[in-house]
Amino acid sequence: MIHVHSLTFGYPHAGLIFQDFNWKVERGEAWAILGSSGCGKTTLLYLLAGLRFPTKGVIEIDGETLKRPRPRTGLILQDYGLLPWATVRENAGLGLQVRNFYGADGKHTPLNFQPEKDVEYWLTKLGLVEVANKYPSQISGGQRQRTAIARTLSLSPDLLLMDEPFSSLDAVTREDLQNLTLTLCKEQNLTLVIVTHAIEEAIALGSKILLLDSPPRIFENPKAGEAGHRNSREYRELRESLWKEMRSEK
Amino acid sequence: MSKRGVLFSIFGLTVAWQIAAMLVQRDILPAPWDVFLVFVDELDNGLAAHFLYSLWRVTAGMALSVLVAAPAGLLIGGWKRLDRIFSPIIYVLYPIPKVVFVPVVLLFLGIGDTAKITLIFLILFFQIIVLVRDQAAGLPPQLIQSLRSLGAGRRALFRFVYLPASLPAILTALRQSIGTAVAVLYIAELFATKYGLGYYIYYNGSTLFNYPAMYAGVVAMSLLGLGMYYAVDWAERRLCKWKFVS
Repeated sequence: MIHVHSLTFGYPHAGLIFQDFNWKVERGEAWAILGSSGCGKTTLLYLLAGLRFPTKGVIEIDGETLKRPRPRTGLILQDYGLLPWATVRENAGLGLQVRNFYGADGKHTPLNFQPEKDVEYWLTKLGLVEVANKYPSQISGGQRQRTAIARTLSLSPDLLLMDEPFSSLDAVTREDLQNLTLTLCKEQNLTLVIVTHAIEEAIALGSKILLLDSPPRIFENPKAGEAGHRNSREYRELRESLWKEMRSEK
Repeated sequence: MSKRGVLFSIFGLTVAWQIAAMLVQRDILPAPWDVFLVFVDELDNGLAAHFLYSLWRVTAGMALSVLVAAPAGLLIGGWKRLDRIFSPIIYVLYPIPKVVFVPVVLLFLGIGDTAKITLIFLILFFQIIVLVRDQAAGLPPQLIQSLRSLGAGRRALFRFVYLPASLPAILTALRQSIGTAVAVLYIAELFATKYGLGYYIYYNGSTLFNYPAMYAGVVAMSLLGLGMYYAVDWAERRLCKWKFVS
């Protein structure tokens, strides 16, 4: 699904963040990218979203070299990216509006896109019907994040990228939305790449964890998402081991 | 702006005016009731027509400035390359008081409405372009990235982000500019016209020495400005509903 070949990237005056980085993600996998602040987690996500471009190397998604945001990739950001002047319903339908605006041009919108405006299915599925006519300032952080998820999933993505999406939420809402994300990914057969700085979140969501330090390392976590995983011995051991790795980096 | 607050202010100002008129006891400051009677009387004798002329000029100037300055501000604020070219020019021109261009504009555009509307346009244009540009340039990058990830290119960004985000700035600029626009309207209507509240006030005050009629003109001009404030408030409540939710 995702193939990163010899990626090199850096910001001007800030040195290289990635140098000759290689990574492969198979379809349907759930990956968590973990690392301390400034290690390049969000940059990697933006590169995968087609919002930044490698200085050297290539990123391929579905066999195609990424040259611009890909219509079937959904990106959900930490601060939700909702329009404050649009209601929940309008925000959830924004992606469809953008696609209707361009039509099926194959560039901004998939060639097989059929004009569509109905987001009721996703509003209902994500429990947003009651707040559908409210503005983002009138709803809770959890509802805002659900709206951002509805907006992304209404575009039928096959790849979901999430940048610390639950970091500003309380513990209960966070766990609730983590479980919802895993359920939706399974239902829709989505490939998930989630960036987080929280070890617990990485273990809860990622069946594979990419720890971005030097060199980047991969940790297997096959029981992620299974019932009772958060209380299992494997969970505690992996948390311990990731904790040690991240501390030794500092 | 609450209607109750405005009514109280009008009442307070009228009382102060009445007291001042009683203290001064001169023709040059008639009592508000006398002015009110003349105002009602004058409406049928041309004041309404003068009001409509002024309303047309100031509305046309405002509409023209929004139509030109808002898209220009959006483009400059949303496009860094344009910002680098045009912002220095705006910064040089913005602080120049546009009233000084009255003789120049009259010389170039003649004595018709075009010159008067152009003067109002010149003043509002800079206020709107600066506020809209700042608003567009100050949008959170995450909002833009989020829209871009949904497939939005530059055209969709302008349609779905920059334009709605800039509406409050446009309306704020209009609100801030109404006082100046009406003041410039007065100056513009002093020259080469027989219609408009500026002409009416000046003619009655300086040629006919009909002070109650002059004050009736001042009241009409105040009502023009107040009406425009309310019109902008109304537009804001219609177009920016999200700003008024609790």
